[in-house]
Amino acid sequence: MELLDLVWLIPALPLAGFLLLVLGGRLLGEPGAGWLATLMMAGSFGATVAVFAGLLDRPEEERVFGQTLFEWMPIGGWDIDFGFYVDPLSIAMCLFITGVGTLIHLYSVGYMHGDVNFSKFFLYLNLFAFSMLMLVLGDNLLLTFLGWEGVGACSYFLISFWFTDPEKASAGKKAFVTNRIGDWGFMVAIFACLAALGSISYDEILTGAGSLSGTTATLIAGCLFVGAIGKSAQFPLYVWLPDAMAGPTPVSALIHAATMVTSGIYLLTRVNPIIAEADSWIQPTIAWVGAGTALFAATIAVSQKDIKKVLAYSTVSQLGYMFLAVGVGAYVPAVFHMITHAFFKALLFLGSGSVIHGMHEEQDMDRMGGLRKYMPITAATFIVGWLAIAGVPPFSGFFSKDEILLYAWAENPALWVVGLVTALLTAFYMSRQVFLVFFGDERFTVGDHHDDHADGEDTALGTDGSEAEALEQPDTAHAPQHDEVHVLHAAPHESPWTMTLPLVALAGLALVGGAIQLPFASDLHFLEDWLHPVLGENEAHIDVATGTKVGLAVVAVLAGLTGIAVAYAIYLRKVRRPIEPAILAEGWRYDRGISAFMGGPGRAGFEAASTFDRTVVDGAVNGVASLVRRSGGGLRGLQSGFVRNYALGIAGGAVLLLAYFLAQVTL
Amino acid sequence: MLLAAGVEPSWYLVLASALFAIGATGLLIRRNPLVMFMCVELMLNAVTLTFVTFSRMLDDIGGQAVVVFVLVVAAAEVVVGLGIIVAILRRRPDATADDLALLKG
Repeated sequence: MELLDLVWLIPALPLAGFLLLVLGGRLLGEPGAGWLATLMMAGSFGATVAVFAGLLDRPEEERVFGQTLFEWMPIGGWDIDFGFYVDPLSIAMCLFITGVGTLIHLYSVGYMHGDVNFSKFFLYLNLFAFSMLMLVLGDNLLLTFLGWEGVGACSYFLISFWFTDPEKASAGKKAFVTNRIGDWGFMVAIFACLAALGSISYDEILTGAGSLSGTTATLIAGCLFVGAIGKSAQFPLYVWLPDAMAGPTPVSALIHAATMVTSGIYLLTRVNPIIAEADSWIQPTIAWVGAGTALFAATIAVSQKDIKKVLAYSTVSQLGYMFLAVGVGAYVPAVFHMITHAFFKALLFLGSGSVIHGMHEEQDMDRMGGLRKYMPITAATFIVGWLAIAGVPPFSGFFSKDEILLYAWAENPALWVVGLVTALLTAFYMSRQVFLVFFGDERFTVGDHHDDHADGEDTALGTDGSEAEALEQPDTAHAPQHDEVHVLHAAPHESPWTMTLPLVALAGLALVGGAIQLPFASDLHFLEDWLHPVLGENEAHIDVATGTKVGLAVVAVLAGLTGIAVAYAIYLRKVRRPIEPAILAEGWRYDRGISAFMGGPGRAGFEAASTFDRTVVDGAVNGVASLVRRSGGGLRGLQSGFVRNYALGIAGGAVLLLAYFLAQVTL
Repeated sequence: MLLAAGVEPSWYLVLASALFAIGATGLLIRRNPLVMFMCVELMLNAVTLTFVTFSRMLDDIGGQAVVVFVLVVAAAEVVVGLGIIVAILRRRPDATADDLALLKG
């Protein structure tokens, strides 16, 4: 049997895990349900590695093929099959989805310990993994859409996993509703494809893209981009992602950092021949939306207090980087950054989860500090993730981010400047987070009595910090004596091995992940060679002198180091008070603006649409129905139920017929 | 013999019409299901009689062939119809046709 025939196992195993947990989840309980789910993901990863090995065995031109399982929807002349599209891109996606997914499943076994809905959590996780794998493996747009909606539904379930808290429940709804706007674009793109090409299978779309007219290709590419904006949380539809942090932290790591939110990038990379055919304004639009979102979200992340909100805005910002890359035709760097980002952002999220776990559900960074003493493994791995995202060589983030900046430079130096400023801000806010959480003074104490040692040492600095905190932390005003010293009921502790093992593994990947695409020599471009069958000539080719490349890399590294240095000066040496304007902490009031619009002028529009729907649309339907009902009511009196009435009717009719025929004869 | 010689085919038609009218009237004015059923049989037989008469008048055997079919169908119909009526009367001995108005609109 050929290894490639195993491809159906990749999504089938998480699906089997989901079904088993539906049936026997409660029976298995904790930790059995978690181990089952983790085992299924590990099996799926094994199957992916086998398929990967099978693909490697083949010559490059034979690495793209489809495997049809059955005919899904035969509609007239259209046949929509249920099958898998195996190519270097989908398998590269599957590798990191199942790999990182397995680690996060393992982590969840520790993180969700003691939760009443332990088995339900893993049930959703496995369903999510199945949907995500269908999204990347599906051999037509509709199957991808199935996965697309599946991950959206799982995201909704998992964000509002603790649904008894109304805030968390509504965060889930917000994510779902916002995603619907993007899904509209995806659906229009599917219809347009069907109308223009008569097929939605990738095989025919990608080969037939050349025959599309520019307008049609623009429509399809533009609508898919709208879908990608929704799913990958780009401006203006990014609002759901920061709120999605209401879910358990492993969910944030798996769905809202590593996998689901990257599906927009995947989709655009998948349909790169269509983008190539589209009008020339599409790609710059994608690039500028990405660059703008990257910068915009980075500025917001600078002022966030919640340890997970920082990472959430950081994710929006990094996704913006990937769109920037797609927009300048740099699909390989986009996928490269997607993979390294999956490593280091999952690592950072899991690290923050470990911190939250160790701090007994505390998420406010103002109440942390000095945690490296309590959680050495978490701190060490988090620092690796920090250096990776800050773009410090030789960590993975340096290589992928640098590649994107290089292509941006070649396309338009203005894009490069935006990317560079974002890189500086990224280094700054991530350093701020690391210093606030793991270094500096402990802004908490254990038990009811003050820790004299910590207090005495920090008096001088404490007064300095308290002004800033009093300004931005009115919620602590109710307990003035603990203004900066938060009381924990037990000491922070390091997390169990199920949580630290994934951290260590991801830290290793974040450290060496850049090795899949090294810039030093052309035979070290492993990812580019691997993806070549997918991208062909649509990948941008840049012509930049080696000296310029080195210069750009040095500038990027200097920007990153500047960000780290500034954060060090402000948050550790406290040379000056932090500048964290309230408008940034509130995300430029974008969220509030939307609420104000939707509640005010927008509301009138919705009311009008609703009235139109009720009176005109419903009126037409209801009018026909009541007409039929009223005439039927009039006629039903004829059915008296008395046999002799019917007999009289027959007799009368016979007499009338007779009279008619007699009249015919006599006249 | 004299009398027999004077019998015209039209007499049979008059008789058949009278039988049919009696049956139709009975069906319309009586409410006992059994009597109404007998009236239907009467009308059926009136029709059969006209068939035989016309067969004779037109010298066409087809009319008598139809009668044979009608007899077979009538026998089957009586079995079903009587079965239903007996079943109804057994449950409600004094039921009239007007009581059986469940299909009223």
